[in-house]
Amino acid sequence: MATKVFMEALSPTMEEGRLVKWLKNEGDAVKSGDPLAEVETDKAIMELVARGDGVLRKRFIGDGDSRPVGQVVGVIAAADENIDAIVAEAGGGGAGAEKATAPEKEKAPEKEQAPSAPSASSAPSAPSAPSAPPAPPAPSASSAQSAQSAQSAQSASRSVDRAKSSPLARRIANDRGLDISAVQGSGPGGRIIKRDIEAAAASGTPAAAPASSAHRKPSAAFEDVPLTQIRKTIARRLAESIGPIPTFYLTVDLDLGRVVEMRQAMLDLGDEFKVSINDLLLKAVATALAQHPEVNAHWLGDRIRQHHAVHLGMAVATNDGLIVPVIFDADQKRLGDISREARELARLARERKLKPEQYTGSTFSVSNLGMMQIAEFTAIINPPEVGILAVGAADDHPVVVDGELRMRKRLRMTMSCDHRAVDGAVGARFLQTLRRLVENPLMLVY
Amino acid sequence: MATFDVIFLGGGPAGYVGAIRCAQLGLNTAVIEREGLGGTCVLWGCIPAKALLEAAAFAEKMKKAPEFGVTPGDVKLDFGVAMKRSRAVSTQNSKGVEFLFKKNKITWIKGTAKLAGKNAVAVKTAEGKEEKHEAKKAVVISTGSRVKGLPQIGLELNRKTVISSDEALILEQAPKSITIVGAGAVGCEFADVFAAFGSKVTLLEALPGILPVEDADSSKEVERAFKKRKIDILTGAKISNAKVGKDGVSMTVESGGEKRDVKSDIVLVAAGRAPNVEDIGLQELGVKLTDRGFIQIDKTLATSVANVYAIGDVAGPPMLAHKGEREGHVVAEVIAGKHPHAIDYTNVPGATYCHPEVASVGLTEQQCKEKKIEYKVGKFPFSANGRARTSGETEGFVKLIRGAKHGEILGAHIVGAHATELIHELVLARTNEYTVEEVELAIHAHPTLSEAIGEAAMDSLGRMIHA
Repeated sequence: MATKVFMEALSPTMEEGRLVKWLKNEGDAVKSGDPLAEVETDKAIMELVARGDGVLRKRFIGDGDSRPVGQVVGVIAAADENIDAIVAEAGGGGAGAEKATAPEKEKAPEKEQAPSAPSASSAPSAPSAPSAPPAPPAPSASSAQSAQSAQSAQSASRSVDRAKSSPLARRIANDRGLDISAVQGSGPGGRIIKRDIEAAAASGTPAAAPASSAHRKPSAAFEDVPLTQIRKTIARRLAESIGPIPTFYLTVDLDLGRVVEMRQAMLDLGDEFKVSINDLLLKAVATALAQHPEVNAHWLGDRIRQHHAVHLGMAVATNDGLIVPVIFDADQKRLGDISREARELARLARERKLKPEQYTGSTFSVSNLGMMQIAEFTAIINPPEVGILAVGAADDHPVVVDGELRMRKRLRMTMSCDHRAVDGAVGARFLQTLRRLVENPLMLVY
Repeated sequence: MATFDVIFLGGGPAGYVGAIRCAQLGLNTAVIEREGLGGTCVLWGCIPAKALLEAAAFAEKMKKAPEFGVTPGDVKLDFGVAMKRSRAVSTQNSKGVEFLFKKNKITWIKGTAKLAGKNAVAVKTAEGKEEKHEAKKAVVISTGSRVKGLPQIGLELNRKTVISSDEALILEQAPKSITIVGAGAVGCEFADVFAAFGSKVTLLEALPGILPVEDADSSKEVERAFKKRKIDILTGAKISNAKVGKDGVSMTVESGGEKRDVKSDIVLVAAGRAPNVEDIGLQELGVKLTDRGFIQIDKTLATSVANVYAIGDVAGPPMLAHKGEREGHVVAEVIAGKHPHAIDYTNVPGATYCHPEVASVGLTEQQCKEKKIEYKVGKFPFSANGRARTSGETEGFVKLIRGAKHGEILGAHIVGAHATELIHELVLARTNEYTVEEVELAIHAHPTLSEAIGEAAMDSLGRMIHA
């Protein structure tokens, strides 16, 4: 059977792709999984792979052509199979042919619902229409996956069987890393049911967190903070006032004396211990974020999601524009690891080899133009994040120390804050913590 | 004047169950009921209709009997006999409730009631006496609902040529031709009955499919089966020009862009029921109604007036006996000062007893789409089920809709023989938040129709065995 080759969504935000180069010629035999072409997405160059076995019979577009996601760009079929219909469909209207079937498919069930629809018998039995294009092979919750997770949920549930709870509640708790024994049940006889787990997740009932100084709740990925009425009003009024993201800016002036000393001391130990000032700043930001979940957050419209993990985005300039790769769990990583990872991500970004999972999922971002001798600047928030830190150049500045004028290495950074989620004082407290860490970098090893 | 703890207005499935539970909890309870105990369900609904549907099923099976090596002699169909049997079953059930009342020492006051203050009820007894009774703890309104005609399109009930289900249940013989307006559960069930007894049946539905509250797949399956049995189905139907004569009714029906004249001996109006909220003193006491005319209640089934509760059809849809019964249980426990778990109305199963039967619980696939829930469907046809083949009842399917991520049962839809019995495995599963994994883990006996449920669960997980 013929397999259509679709322009696939190769990144989460991709709407259109440019076929950079075909890797197979018409007439080449291909197997499922073989790379067919290189496709430039909105973020990177990715491979488009075959979804069926056979011969690449037809390429409908040439190198360098762009097509929207979902459009047929080629066809794989047996060598002697008749593909005229597909060719006519794809070749004729180009995008039109495929597009036309999709909306119709969605409309049909609606039609059947509408009381005034003329007749049911003449309505096509749309849901089972065989012409539906195959779903793009995005990582959907495949049955195998869900079965697997169900298995693990079952084994995990064994330890909590004592707390009366429904299988669904156990599965969701397991999925979200919640300790079900800490949840209060509201079902019949105090049974823990789905809504209890959802309420617990929303209110941040912990996964048996150790009462240590760590702010991070180890197993829950985040905490959804429901919006209070006052928070909703603040959000609405401020958004009316300024753009979709009511941004304000907080600037701090930091003394880098000790950071410079520390960096030099490490460098003296050998080249392998070389870290940049930016690496040290990233480490400090990550550490501060772990202590200020209200800044390490996403604005989700109806709630604020405070992340327990710190996934730090670092803006990298490339020839094609800006991209923000992510250092995951940055607060848990050692300075050396952050340094190496930052370097590697920057390289991949410049070579356009970042994978989508390497530039999505950040919880807060840092942009540094210090190396371009920018004294200070403001950066644009990367939604749904609620803040971004713009780091300027480290320079010698005259300052008063103990009543005397001295030259000190200073650096300015400006945090852009989404006022819907972050109030001035909240942002300021985060920056206070950050200042303490940067001015006393030994705390980073505590 | 007598004093009780609780007085129920109406002895249908909601009221009588509530009364029995109140009595169990030690409350001195009275039920005021003008007709017989059991209400619409026992007297004019579920029970007599099901008795007729069994007769219809018998008639249909007779046609297939020769295939099974059983060739009956001259098969005669007599609706009058079926009707009399159905009345006998109905009476038997009503007597059964009377017995339960005696056993539980519940007072049945025969008459019509009206609220007379927060703790008092005025009764006009069957003998015409005016009485007043006190309810110390609570008054529960369980007056139910009644059939209604469609005067807006010229089909007012005249109980002879334009009838409701009430009259249909006591016809002496099956009409030569009957037009049924409304293809919900009631309409489909009577279409089944009369078709089996030889009437020419035309089934009209204003919405685009029959059984419109069911999943579209279920509707289509029944429609297909009905058409095979020569039931004329017109959906998306608009009725105009209704002329009610002495010996029949004619009307113009527009459906599928075509107009045609439909004539029949009898028209059965099966389009909805009206709650019995009139003349029971609601307004005088300030009991609030909803926009749709039902009594407004909260989670504890309390009305807007203290100590006055409402349950059953009069308290809002779904107008189903089993929903009313559950409310009866709960209201009794609320009145007794217990704190029962609130009713989860999303777990009330729907059941239609036509052939093939239709049963469901939870959301339809269309509703999942509207709510933008990510779901997966598992479906297993009875044509691939061993037991269904043995009985030659291979119509229908089990369809499970599960959450894509956690496998929770969003909806379950069964069409086929005994569907209304089979659904309860899935009602139990939903009520206890079992996922399709637990359903699939349960070992289903072989050969049974229930195996189809296990297979549908497996199919939703992508590992169906037998199809």
